[in-house]
Amino acid sequence: MTDTTQKPEELLKLDYTPPKKGWMETPVDFKKGTYCYSAPQKHQEYLGLPYPRQWQPFDKDWKLPENWKQIILEGMNDRLSKYRSFRLYMDICVRCGACADKCHFFIGSGDPKNMPVLRAELLRSVYRKYFTLPGKLFGKIGGARELTEDVLKEWFYYFYQCTECRRCSVFCPYGIDTCEITMMARDLLSLVGCNIGWIVEPASNCLRTGNHLGVPPHAFKDTLDFAIDEVEELTGVKVEASVNRKGAELLFITPSADYFASPHWYTFLGYLMLFHEIGLDYTWSAYASEGGNFGLFHSAEMLKRLNAKMYAEAKRLGVKWILGGECGHMWRVIHQYMDTINGPADFLEEPVSPITGTKFENTKSTKMVHICEFTSDLIKNNKLKLDPSRNNHWKLTFHDSCNPARAMGLIEEPRYIIKNVCNHFYEMPDNTIKENTFCCGSGAGLGSDENLEMRLRGGLPRANAVKYVKEKHGVNLLTCICAIDRAVLPTLLQYWVPGVEVSGLHELVGNALMMKGQKERTTDMRGTPFEEKES
Amino acid sequence: MTAVYLFLGIIIPYAALFIFIVGLIYRILKWARAPVPFRIPTTCGQQKSLPWIKAKKLENPYNTAGVIGRMALEVLVFRSLLRNTKTELKQGIRRLVYKESKLLWLGALVFHWSLLIILLRHLRLLTEPVPSFVLFIQKFDGFFQITVPALFLTDILILIALTYLLLRRVASSQLRYISLPSDYLAVFLLLSVAISGILMRFFFRVDLVSVKELALGVLSFHPSIPADGIGLPFYVHLFLVCALFAYLPFSKLVHMAGVFLSPTRNLANNNRMRRHINPWDYPVNVHTYEEWEDEFRGHMKEAGLPLEKE
Repeated sequence: MTDTTQKPEELLKLDYTPPKKGWMETPVDFKKGTYCYSAPQKHQEYLGLPYPRQWQPFDKDWKLPENWKQIILEGMNDRLSKYRSFRLYMDICVRCGACADKCHFFIGSGDPKNMPVLRAELLRSVYRKYFTLPGKLFGKIGGARELTEDVLKEWFYYFYQCTECRRCSVFCPYGIDTCEITMMARDLLSLVGCNIGWIVEPASNCLRTGNHLGVPPHAFKDTLDFAIDEVEELTGVKVEASVNRKGAELLFITPSADYFASPHWYTFLGYLMLFHEIGLDYTWSAYASEGGNFGLFHSAEMLKRLNAKMYAEAKRLGVKWILGGECGHMWRVIHQYMDTINGPADFLEEPVSPITGTKFENTKSTKMVHICEFTSDLIKNNKLKLDPSRNNHWKLTFHDSCNPARAMGLIEEPRYIIKNVCNHFYEMPDNTIKENTFCCGSGAGLGSDENLEMRLRGGLPRANAVKYVKEKHGVNLLTCICAIDRAVLPTLLQYWVPGVEVSGLHELVGNALMMKGQKERTTDMRGTPFEEKES
Repeated sequence: MTAVYLFLGIIIPYAALFIFIVGLIYRILKWARAPVPFRIPTTCGQQKSLPWIKAKKLENPYNTAGVIGRMALEVLVFRSLLRNTKTELKQGIRRLVYKESKLLWLGALVFHWSLLIILLRHLRLLTEPVPSFVLFIQKFDGFFQITVPALFLTDILILIALTYLLLRRVASSQLRYISLPSDYLAVFLLLSVAISGILMRFFFRVDLVSVKELALGVLSFHPSIPADGIGLPFYVHLFLVCALFAYLPFSKLVHMAGVFLSPTRNLANNNRMRRHINPWDYPVNVHTYEEWEDEFRGHMKEAGLPLEKE
């Protein structure tokens, strides 16, 4: 952990008034606790990234390659011709400022360069200087500036202070998506060997072992066996689960945090129980043992390299289609990228639920179904016996994760499940949920310990809305369908709203699920005793 | 004087029109030539998934009709701007509140619609015979016959809206901070066009018959400066209009064309239903199953995991 010892009231002393001096004249200040460290060299090398080296953002000398400027400008030129989004969003912003106070990092830090408009201007100013006539002719008056090492450092600081959550793009009258701009900036920074550890290390692990945490196949199997034992202890039911089994009907892929971290673990148990109960013919894979994809936070190329395993493994195992677990950015990749980058999935079948016979028409090309789509369909068709009173000790609210909300529109499916497995569900205020949802503040690879102050700042709007429902309704649980959320929200809530726990949705499903042959259950998966049934 | 009028009345308008048309086409082609490698709509509502869950067709369109609807809402009524809120931190209760904030939306809407109506009204000077819808718009716009000649509602509205947009930029320290000189230039240019036009209508009257003669001449490529003379105020107005048109393709004002090409808005969220092709897709270096099994075979065997090669 960092030495963030500031109390919440100190962190809340926010001033949204920008400084007197213009932003072009204000150089970046790498303040401890507000940025991520670079990646260990061996991971840079394993991924074959350009200019691998030991360096840190707080170093004066970043050991950039001699022709770094040329590399960046050529890279920009290349991407301007490959991405309409990039070129267009460099050109059409009118600086109306509608996006300014929509960014969680601006709300939580007051740093004007965290206004999405200004974050983009950091790049736009360089674009104008080298790629537009007015910028070349009028320089600073035309909103243009030279690309210098200071500018590059500023890019690094602020484009790794954006979680690619796309909230600003909901409010922009032209749909300008800062996520696209951040993606380009990070891709450019990587060309000169400037990456962060919390992205490169998981990506390197994932390429080698199959998952971000670097869990090798035999350890994966051990974990699964351990979970099976735990479910038996809890319910008296011995569930079955196979790894790398050929001929299974479905392949199930979920973020690796689900089987190695807490509170993800209980969601993992929930999956095992649910699949056993409905008699699903499915397999796990140790090769494709990661749903998440930190390549998304690095570059389109890394995204494709890591994602390739899903289809490759589905093909090798001969499954009919793929089912995917609860995760945020994983679903951005699957929904908006996978078919394009690694498809067509013509070796799979159009997904049909083997339990209900429902055709998942909306997935007929990509052939991967979200677990919330799958489970809500089970519930709708009365295939599950559920006792929502088993979750009576939870008064819960639901956090829409950025990507399922703003890159998919997966909004009602999880709510339908919640309403069937719990009795006490309270929504946070409208401006903070669904398409307006606030990021956890640690997404897009920024969840590292050294970045804690910035994470707490970025998570303020989310935590503040949780605080509101805690005070109003006594909410004591924040449920979410994202593995990064589950990893980082406990820290965030502990800081801003102590007393609110975090869970995945299928943990609650597992609690409520009445299993055939179950013993008398007295506690939930966390060992908390069930409350007396409401009469 | 004739040489000056020739310059202001014929050469400059032709040059401005040329720059406007060629510049705008160049900009649009530049955008259009860049491919859309990924289908990346920003979804603002429930997706289409299971039949019993109601999808939001306009906020999260899944087909072309939905996209057309979404774009129409965006372009005609500024849907996204309508969402605007103002975030405030109430220090006392340590709570973030999100207040309704529709003024920017209103100001932008009033400005753009006024501008469109004013442009359409001007068609009476550029066409012969004048289409009936132009006459209708003019009549409707001049409904309040408070003054002679009739005061146009849009003239007043555009002034109010532009003044608001300017004041807003100056008054808010955040907006001042993000504003570039070109942001002010755009507002000033628009204001000067509007003011010069209004002044001409009410105070420095010009001969409209001659104006129309000039305009029709220019448009039919038989330009001539009317013998009767039009008067300097007209040429001032015309010059400012020309400056605006010539400036447009090089400025942020190209958003008027760009908004139609925005991939977060103009694509259907049918991502898992229909494959999207990336024209520059290329093969990448992956870690194959075989390589992976080679590294872990011993351990996998021990753990009883199935293997491709024993």
